[in-house]
Amino acid sequence: MGVMKRVSLIFRAKANKALDKMEDPRETLDYSYQQQVEMLTRVRRGVADVATSRKRVELQMNQLQKESDRRENQARTALGQGREDLARSALQQKASLQGQLNDLQGQYSSLQEQEEKLTLASQRLDAKVQAFRTRKETIKATYTAAEAQTRINEAFSGISEEMGDVGMAIQRAEDKTAEMQARSGALDELLASGALEDHVSGSGGDYIQAELDKLSIGSGVDDDLARLKGEIGGAEATPQIEAGSNGSAAATEPQDDR
Amino acid sequence: MIVRILGEGQFELDKAQAERLAVLDAELTATVDRGDETAFKAALAAAVAAVRSTGSAVPDDSLAASEVILPSPDASLDEVHKLLAQDGITLG
Repeated sequence: MGVMKRVSLIFRAKANKALDKMEDPRETLDYSYQQQVEMLTRVRRGVADVATSRKRVELQMNQLQKESDRRENQARTALGQGREDLARSALQQKASLQGQLNDLQGQYSSLQEQEEKLTLASQRLDAKVQAFRTRKETIKATYTAAEAQTRINEAFSGISEEMGDVGMAIQRAEDKTAEMQARSGALDELLASGALEDHVSGSGGDYIQAELDKLSIGSGVDDDLARLKGEIGGAEATPQIEAGSNGSAAATEPQDDR
Repeated sequence: MIVRILGEGQFELDKAQAERLAVLDAELTATVDRGDETAFKAALAAAVAAVRSTGSAVPDDSLAASEVILPSPDASLDEVHKLLAQDGITLG
């Protein structure tokens, strides 16, 4: 027997087993309906859980992207200062962040897929549960034992198959999110510990930024020095600079000639 | 004939389509029995594609049971073995 037939028989056997437990067919209907409503709640909660995990991954991706952009900027600044060694380190950091980002992107897509699947499953089950409820009332109203049993079996095996399918879908989604929660928990800790954040102090911190800060302080000092030199030297230099100009420069010209 | 793809819902196939699917099912079954993961993935994908492209979706509010059921398109061989192992528990 083919795999596809075997799987369908497994689902049907489960439905029959549940049916056999019931003494009164009408009891089966009510009990099954109750289970269907519970399953609907479960699948809706499943959708919400997956969405929460997806949003968490999205937040982490944003954080990593920001950090990666910052590293890129550091590399640019470092190159501008002629510090290729620092630029290289910053780009190495960026590459490692991009690696993590790619990993998260994969997780994100997988969660998105689970979410879509579960949403559709929830819509399908919802429609079937409504149909079952109508069928259930009809069967109860026209109840004659022999006839009811057949019709109940029909309605029951269809919905039971859907329930089995949805149950498996929820299980798959739960497994996926549990696996991802463990990984994103570790990343959250890393982000919270500041390992990826801007830390000038401490040897384990962001030494690239510290070096760049030193460079920028250094170049600020150089700028100031140049400015001050200009001011002091201005008394001697001004006449030469202004020699060719007219207006106020005219006053200094006689002094220069002497 | 109504076919279910686990995780995707039900499709209605006409006789010719059902016969084509039976051929694909035989190939799928052979890969499962051999335990050949790569061939299994390919055979499952082929069967799923055939049902999706030729079948028409059964309305959501239908309460009909399926005649045959395909594993979830992303199922692993291991998952299918586990699914089939329930055979013994429920039927035995």
